[in-house]
Amino acid sequence: MSAIANNAVRKIRDDFPILSKPMNGHRLAFLDSAASAQKPQVVIDAERECYESYYANIHRGVYALSQRSTQAYEAVRGVVKRFINAADEREIVFVRGATEAINLVAQSFVRPTLGPGDEVLITGMEHHANIVPWQMITEATGAKLVVVPVNDDGTLDVDAYRERLNSRTRFVSFVHVSNTLGTVNPAEEMIALAKERSIPVMLDGAQSAPHMPVDIQALGADFYCFSGHKTYGPSGVGVLWGRLELLEAMPPYQGGGDMIRTVSFEKTEYAEPPQRFEAGTPNIAGVIGMGAGLEYLENVGMAEVAAHEQTLLSYATAQLEALPELSIVGTAPHKTGVISFVMENAHPHDIGTILDMDGVAVRTGHHCTQPLMERFGVPATARASFGVYTEQEDIDALVSSLKRVRKMFA
Amino acid sequence: MSELRDLYQEVILDHNKNPRNFGFLNPHTHSADGHNPLCGDQIQVQLDVSSTGIIEAIRFTGAGCAISTASASIMTESLQGLSVAEAQDLLSQFQLLVTDSSQSPDPQLGKLAVLAGVRDYPMRIKCATLPWHTFQAALMGEIEASTE
Repeated sequence: MSAIANNAVRKIRDDFPILSKPMNGHRLAFLDSAASAQKPQVVIDAERECYESYYANIHRGVYALSQRSTQAYEAVRGVVKRFINAADEREIVFVRGATEAINLVAQSFVRPTLGPGDEVLITGMEHHANIVPWQMITEATGAKLVVVPVNDDGTLDVDAYRERLNSRTRFVSFVHVSNTLGTVNPAEEMIALAKERSIPVMLDGAQSAPHMPVDIQALGADFYCFSGHKTYGPSGVGVLWGRLELLEAMPPYQGGGDMIRTVSFEKTEYAEPPQRFEAGTPNIAGVIGMGAGLEYLENVGMAEVAAHEQTLLSYATAQLEALPELSIVGTAPHKTGVISFVMENAHPHDIGTILDMDGVAVRTGHHCTQPLMERFGVPATARASFGVYTEQEDIDALVSSLKRVRKMFA
Repeated sequence: MSELRDLYQEVILDHNKNPRNFGFLNPHTHSADGHNPLCGDQIQVQLDVSSTGIIEAIRFTGAGCAISTASASIMTESLQGLSVAEAQDLLSQFQLLVTDSSQSPDPQLGKLAVLAGVRDYPMRIKCATLPWHTFQAALMGEIEASTE
């Protein structure tokens, strides 16, 4: 453990109450942070504190509780701004998660620009959340969804990406880090290529925000999104970041309360961003909890988080490669702490059930990336993914349990 | 939760490794495709039912986990030679076996009883029932069965 010393990791693990609970009689080795991360005590406390001490609806009441709630909720925009280095707090829109953020951009920003023959460009390693919203709007408008192929090692074919950018390309949306392969895409280079043609770009940051420092201005994208539950916060909240001038020009995604300036039956004037995109009472305590999760990550330090996960990735990759009959799917040189694998004689679901009995939690299935599974010719994989609290001991438990699987299915 | 060996019994591991009646049945009178969208398991079942309503032959193909493969393999062994009515009855017994832990397995189930272990693994029950859903879809003349 180079980046975060062993005793420091031990302390980080202690910050997460669930990790001290035994699982099927074993120490819990939670290796499914790419699906959703566990929550540190500070996040749980922040949400409880809101409900116990100052909860009320935001933006409306003139009484003290409502003002305190509003302040705590709005303060999270500042936290997010700092976390991704945005230029302006008004660029931070609170949504339900990355999925809603992508749907919002698809419907409000991209759909009105599309006509027959136009193209939206995505990649072959997208999560269903970054495929289906684009299918919905391209099908409705007669536009075309174009897909950049993935190489055998799980990297993106960047030459093919360059070739597919053309005068009909209206929008590009791609995943910063693949949830299935762990591949870190060359986002800066890819965004710059699109920008040469003045094509706006959305970066799906669901798997980058929790695992590496993100400087959204340096990346140069127009939209970025992530989910709070993967950055150690509550589920049901997330962030859409968009350039202010773009958000200002966009129509609302949903209509309702809290997103208007004035309403009459003849005409409604919409509020400015970000309120324009936050119709209805939001997940107030959830947003506050998400802020606590991001501050927790800031305190650990995102560079340290990334370095820690790289150390674990190298260790785990070497350990798994040493197991006969196991193949890793996704071997890009630049990865986050995600290892998808298959075994010759054992189906991923059998692997998942057997590992669970040893207290090891991994994800099995298609990971909401069915086209990618097809690309690699597997119906499913087992996937181990790391977080800030992952220790070498978790990897060792995984490896020892996989040896049991091998023996059983030999 | 029960011991893992209750789920992955030797009989199950054996049928997974050497599935019986595996392959395409031609000619056949009934067939259906089964799919579990949760895990991507795929199975195809073909039947040859005689004019008197006897299942003369049944085979399956596909790819799935050990539980679904073993379940399909044991199912084909159990259904061969039964009348359609007897097969429907066995199907109901099997459903009870894998979902209702209050009862001990019906003796009529024979080797199928080894699959009782999935009762303790709610996420895996559909693995065991997919072949049976597909069999039923084939009988009913449906083209596709799904666990959804």
